[in-house]
Amino acid sequence: MPINLESKIPAGDLKDKWSKHKFDSKLVNPANKRKYTVIVVGTGLAGGSAAATLAELGYNVLSFCIQDTPRRAHSIAAQGGINGAKNYPNDGDSVKRLFYDTIKGGDYRSREANVYRLAEVSTNIIDQMVAQGVPFAREYGGYLDNRSFGGSQVSRTFYARGQTGQQLLLGAYSGMMKMVSKGKIKMFNRREMMDLVTINGKARGIIVRNLITGELERYAADAVLLCTGGYGNVYFLSTNAMTSNASAAWRCYKRGAAFANPCFTQIHPTCIPVHGDYQSKLTLMSESLRNDGRVWVPKAVGDKRKPEQIPEEERDYYLERIYPSYGNLAPRDVSSRQAKYRYDEGKGVGPTGQAVYLDFRDAIARDSLATIAGRYGNLFEMYQRITGDDPYKTPMMIYPAVHYTMGGLWVDYNLQSTIPGLHVLGEANFSDHGANRLGASALMQGLADGYFVVPNTLSHYLASNVLEKVTTDDSAFKDAEQAVVLQTSRLLNTKGKRSVDEFHKALGHIMWEKVGMARNEKGLKEAIESIRKLREEFWQDVKVPGDTGNFNLELHKAARVADFLELGELMALDALERKESCGGHFREEYQTPDGEALRDDDHFAHAAVWEYTGTNSSPIRHKEELVFENLKLATRSYK
Amino acid sequence: MSEKTMTINLKIWRQSNPTAEGKLVDYRVENVSPDMSFLEMIDVLNEQLVHKGEDVIAFDHDCREGICGMCSMMIDGKAHGGYKNTTTCQVHMRLYKDGDTIVIEPFRAQAFPIIKDLTVNRGALDKVIMAGGYITASTGNAQDANAILIPKPIADEAMDAAACIGCGACVASCPNGSAMLFMGAKVSQLALLPQGKVESAKRSLNMVHTHDQLGFGNCTNHAECEATCPKGISIEHIARMNREYLKAAFTYYEKDRSEGGA
Repeated sequence: MPINLESKIPAGDLKDKWSKHKFDSKLVNPANKRKYTVIVVGTGLAGGSAAATLAELGYNVLSFCIQDTPRRAHSIAAQGGINGAKNYPNDGDSVKRLFYDTIKGGDYRSREANVYRLAEVSTNIIDQMVAQGVPFAREYGGYLDNRSFGGSQVSRTFYARGQTGQQLLLGAYSGMMKMVSKGKIKMFNRREMMDLVTINGKARGIIVRNLITGELERYAADAVLLCTGGYGNVYFLSTNAMTSNASAAWRCYKRGAAFANPCFTQIHPTCIPVHGDYQSKLTLMSESLRNDGRVWVPKAVGDKRKPEQIPEEERDYYLERIYPSYGNLAPRDVSSRQAKYRYDEGKGVGPTGQAVYLDFRDAIARDSLATIAGRYGNLFEMYQRITGDDPYKTPMMIYPAVHYTMGGLWVDYNLQSTIPGLHVLGEANFSDHGANRLGASALMQGLADGYFVVPNTLSHYLASNVLEKVTTDDSAFKDAEQAVVLQTSRLLNTKGKRSVDEFHKALGHIMWEKVGMARNEKGLKEAIESIRKLREEFWQDVKVPGDTGNFNLELHKAARVADFLELGELMALDALERKESCGGHFREEYQTPDGEALRDDDHFAHAAVWEYTGTNSSPIRHKEELVFENLKLATRSYK
Repeated sequence: MSEKTMTINLKIWRQSNPTAEGKLVDYRVENVSPDMSFLEMIDVLNEQLVHKGEDVIAFDHDCREGICGMCSMMIDGKAHGGYKNTTTCQVHMRLYKDGDTIVIEPFRAQAFPIIKDLTVNRGALDKVIMAGGYITASTGNAQDANAILIPKPIADEAMDAAACIGCGACVASCPNGSAMLFMGAKVSQLALLPQGKVESAKRSLNMVHTHDQLGFGNCTNHAECEATCPKGISIEHIARMNREYLKAAFTYYEKDRSEGGA
């Protein structure tokens, strides 16, 4: 079947599109909703809010999570906040301004209509979360408090201390638990999706592994919602959780769901640096620290003195020097790149050189230690716990780390993938953030998709398609399950010499060095070669102890790494083909004389959409042209 | 960041399945960097086991930044190692010395059956939440967020309670295996907020009843839970829950009504 990339963006004025679309969508009457079953994979903000809302509407929901309880999905780790165009501070915010900031922040590589809808429902999200008891920060008068984040000139970020993701997730989770208790959601914990089952071209079920017993299980439904997050762990080291993985999305890709902009990854500038090859993950230090911390490196190459011994005139506050108007609050992609340049020049600090200072000395002198402790005390404690250094006395050391992936499965305006019935929500889809995501917008998108978008668009899909009854005895289920059995047995029987983590680390090294913060044609071609070679070695030399009949953690990891080894190649290929720099995708060949990203709107104002064509043939690159009717394409400048 | 490495001796609880007999097994990990996290040290041990072709030690973990609540472990008899406001994943090896012996066991409680090695089933905590740890506010009903005013000190106190990560350290530390701190934190958060008051009475009755049925013990004011809670949640929230429960037990009455109509 030829791939259909019709975006289904409704006609009409930008501001009327979503309400018109909702009115034009078919509905399922309340008595009929109980006849439909919907599978929701993942219980983060997107999956949790979708499962709860669909169950409230009357659908039967089967919900799956990889952790021991839905409350642990990785949305929980988001610190800073959630954007909402409420304009409570009366500082000139509006739906249109949030729309504009998001398109610009994404370097003009996202769809206008999707982003406008996101901005439009952002206000409903804040209302909904407050109604559910999320204890957002408040002013003394009892009203909600706001703060500002990178890439915007208004204060529209709502927050719950440094734990906003946790509080929103627990809100969505509590809504789910209410519906589990009413029997409308059946909850399946410690399950990992192993494959998608399609029947007559439609998504009709999934194969999952019960991680405790090792058994494969089959579930059938009328539609499948994939809410499984991003693929940052392809780099091995990232700020993602240990079980965050790309397998569910990747299996859907191999079943015919197109993958868009895989090379768009966000590298966050302020993370605790890597300090050893045993390291398992990287920890983010909130962007908010850059409000008071000053970023610097020594002016001299190879200056190994302690930071306190380096006099003021021998320090280079490079963000303030290069971007005088934004200073230390330059956007994420730009700040990360500048940190890398300092390392490349030999001016990086710390034992590995892969670090820069984030210094609070001047802020403490200006505002007092107590004031700074009041603002960032918990983050300083966390930093000290991990590194053993006291940031009140010595500057923090930070370095960029992989944090988020803007690319993902391609979806139309209804959040439906190229496989009918497979809807993709949250970070797992590609739709809203273009080539760079703004801070505090990931939580907003997950909840927008789950609470307000998919409940409307799914009813249209169900009401306008004839969905014949299927059972898990269908041969499609048997075939999909058999493929998983074969792969599992191959993993267990290779009995090689290298552990899964050794392969994952090797892949991560290639990805970070060649498909990381700066990319070039030669490096990307080398990356593709190296990944192919590593993948061959994996299938000849991986060592996975144990068997299938129990809780086999090495086996679970092995299946995920096998998929990362394929996805990594597609990311490199996508980066190679996108011959421009935009947002987080920086090609060294395409830059301005002073090292800034150089976009090519004539040739690349499109989403690159990849179609899988089989194990031994190259994927096909399609384009979805991006049409800008309401905003003019402009160069981002932060100088 | 220090460069000296250590040798650490471990005694780890190994149990192949819920019904098998378990025992402490001795391991030795060399070249432990003081900058490693506790779980990274176990990663190193597990890599050694993989190379020997042995079954790795099963332990729960996910975010490794102290917020998901997945990691557990009794480290030398204390939940999460007993360091103030710290989860196991945030414990670092610089807290230990070369040659130390560390005993690692799973969280133990009647309501938390062992799955394998250090992994336990904490599903009972979800059941406590299902019994009423929510506000019934179906999507789409909400009024404007600023229509509900909440005094800052109340919002802050609700946030203190809401910080619970659901790890179950309170249960594992309690001599009675009680989940009163976990449950109290949720009841208290929702009782403090105006949005939660509507269902407050029914919530406390149902949650406490369910808690008791699930095999969690009662609170006898040992306060071990508060001492061990990685999020520093105060037992004042248990007191507030008890007040809510008592008030509800005296006053709550729901007449059985048919929902049919014309």
